[in-house]
Amino acid sequence: MNLKPATLHSIDEVITHYPVKRSATLPLLHLIQEDVGYLPPETCEWVAAKLELQPINVLEVITFYPMFRQKPIGRRHIKVCRTLSCALLGGYKTCEQFEKEFNTHRGEVSPGGEVTIDFVECLASCGTAPVVLIDDDLHEKVDCAKAKQLSDQIKAEAKKR
Amino acid sequence: MIAPPKPDLVTVNIDGREIAVPKGTNVIEAARLVNVDVPHYCYHPKLTIVGNCRMCLIEMGMPAVDPATKAPIIDPVTGKPKINWIPRPQIGCGTNVSPGLHVKTTSPMVKDAREGVMEFLLINHPLDCPICDQAGECKLQEQSTGYGRGYSRFVEQKNVKPKRTQLGPRVTLDDERCILCSRCIRFSKEIAKDDVLGFVDRGSYSTLTCFPGKQLANNYSLNTVDICPVGALTSTDFRFKMRVWFLKQTNSIDTETSVGANTVVWSREGQIYRLTPRRNDDVNDTWMPDSGRELFKAVMAADRLVATTHLDALVAQAAELFKMNASAGAIAVVGSGRSSVEEQFLTKKLAAALKASTQLVSRVGQGDQLLISADRNPNVRGALVTGLISKLPKVGDATPLSRSTKGAVAAPIRTGGLTDLAASIDAGKVKVVVSIGEDLIAAGLTAAQLANVSVVYLGTHANATSAAAKIVFPTLSVFEKNGTFVNQQFRLQKFAKAVPGPQGATDDLIVLAKLTAAASSAPMASDLGSLWTLISAEVPAFAMTSYAQVPETGLLIDATPFAALPFVEGETLHFKPAAAAVALDS
Repeated sequence: MNLKPATLHSIDEVITHYPVKRSATLPLLHLIQEDVGYLPPETCEWVAAKLELQPINVLEVITFYPMFRQKPIGRRHIKVCRTLSCALLGGYKTCEQFEKEFNTHRGEVSPGGEVTIDFVECLASCGTAPVVLIDDDLHEKVDCAKAKQLSDQIKAEAKKR
Repeated sequence: MIAPPKPDLVTVNIDGREIAVPKGTNVIEAARLVNVDVPHYCYHPKLTIVGNCRMCLIEMGMPAVDPATKAPIIDPVTGKPKINWIPRPQIGCGTNVSPGLHVKTTSPMVKDAREGVMEFLLINHPLDCPICDQAGECKLQEQSTGYGRGYSRFVEQKNVKPKRTQLGPRVTLDDERCILCSRCIRFSKEIAKDDVLGFVDRGSYSTLTCFPGKQLANNYSLNTVDICPVGALTSTDFRFKMRVWFLKQTNSIDTETSVGANTVVWSREGQIYRLTPRRNDDVNDTWMPDSGRELFKAVMAADRLVATTHLDALVAQAAELFKMNASAGAIAVVGSGRSSVEEQFLTKKLAAALKASTQLVSRVGQGDQLLISADRNPNVRGALVTGLISKLPKVGDATPLSRSTKGAVAAPIRTGGLTDLAASIDAGKVKVVVSIGEDLIAAGLTAAQLANVSVVYLGTHANATSAAAKIVFPTLSVFEKNGTFVNQQFRLQKFAKAVPGPQGATDDLIVLAKLTAAASSAPMASDLGSLWTLISAEVPAFAMTSYAQVPETGLLIDATPFAALPFVEGETLHFKPAAAAVALDS
């Protein structure tokens, strides 16, 4: 595991928050996913050794929660809400617009590795549907036009790098 | 002896019947005591309780009490205490008894709940009973008959999961049949201490797997097959060999170590198909090692000894040999810790008639603190109790692998204990060696030493000793005869004949009795009934005992005369050594 020193520091710190070490499984997995972007295959053994568990115990947790990723994703993560309010106000069209813009499908990494589009469950902003979460930023009332505008913005930023 | 304290008893009412059960008993076990069956899958008496199958749902209630006076409320209609029933079903396995607990296991609500649980369990279960190995001993099959609705309302597609996964060298997994009870996971973690199994994914995608790159390869892996309530985990060896309802079950004892795990031999038409553990809460709980399940294969081995000469002719030859070496000490008898108590008793009689010295071959390996002990002879204590030997055999330094290690036990077994005999042979004192099933070369004698003596060999399989022997009596394996062993707890345990022996092999007892009769020119009994009359008269520890009286769970005998002996034993599942164990690495 090639983790940043800051991550390693938070990992050691977060373990002390719990009376038993195994309780730190979820926070550790979150920290690793934040650092690496996904959970590489060696995560199970590494976390198990850290928390005095068996690797299978960690694998059970990783596979149980859909938000733990076992495969790398693009540099930007676009999450389009698919739940009722957003769906009624055009969430599906928004998602399709993003797919078209980046020439990819939901759940996949776009060619060039710039974005991953996920069609996710409720993002808890039903009043401003349809909503989109790009990395940690919430974008409200994202219709097709706004989706195109956001995509162009991402592409422009990508070009600058 | 101080009597164990009487456990606190709690009176509960199950289906209208009052019963007093120890505190801490759960409803399934309490119901078992009044012969009420509460169906269950995930619950296992020897594993932790998780309550995830929901099959053992019951209706429960407590007597109503007046909130102010705490006095029980009496129902004016029936004149009996009023019961406050909980409106929803509860799981029986996770509910411990409490005073006055009332349980209904047959009410309409319970029946409804069971039907519902069964329907959900069967949603993704393939209906492949006709080709499933578990059929006939499948809890799901039994309980769908008992509690299922009888027809399916499921019109959707069943999900697809891995079939025929090799979880390890001995266990095959069919994930579609798995009902996610997690017994195998808990067994691996809690009993075998080899936590490699787990559920990945969730919901109807939940799949039992071994961690990628690891294997369920421990020496107890086949117990997961035994406790699997469905046909998900199957024994790779037994798979597709035989329908279980054709098999005859015979109680036996695992002979690989002094633990003496209780087993069942499953056979049909003289052929053994598998060995499984038999529950004995004082010895092996419900488990047995994988290595012990392989032992029956030796029965059909190509190197089984069979006689070409008539038994009486062989006995006459032996009698001639004995007569020529009648002086005291010219004959040595090598007894066996693998012989039954009765055989050891007759071996002692034979040695006395021949004025011969007696010794035992020791087998010592590494114990695993579970069901494999360091002493790999099943019946060294029997030899002590019957008086065949008076001190323990010396631990050998030779490390040839003997037959019993062909299974999964990797650590070598140190066979030995014949150094005194070797010295006597070298000194030219001993001219004849009678070996009761022991390979003398494996036990440390050299081929040259063996060539200097005449060997009379009683045994089941061909080996270097049988090849060098002058007279060979083919005898029976443990699966082909009746008898008893004394295990490490000094527990006398019975084993029974499961299959007939091969043609030309004779029961050890008959051979030993005939040899004794020839040596002492007095008749000797060879059937268990008459032998036990002799044994109980002569052996103090077995006084007042007979073969018929030994219960299936064994009989503890008085071990105090042997308490000071330095047995080569470590701790096992239900045994703690009294004296400090002899260091194995010396």
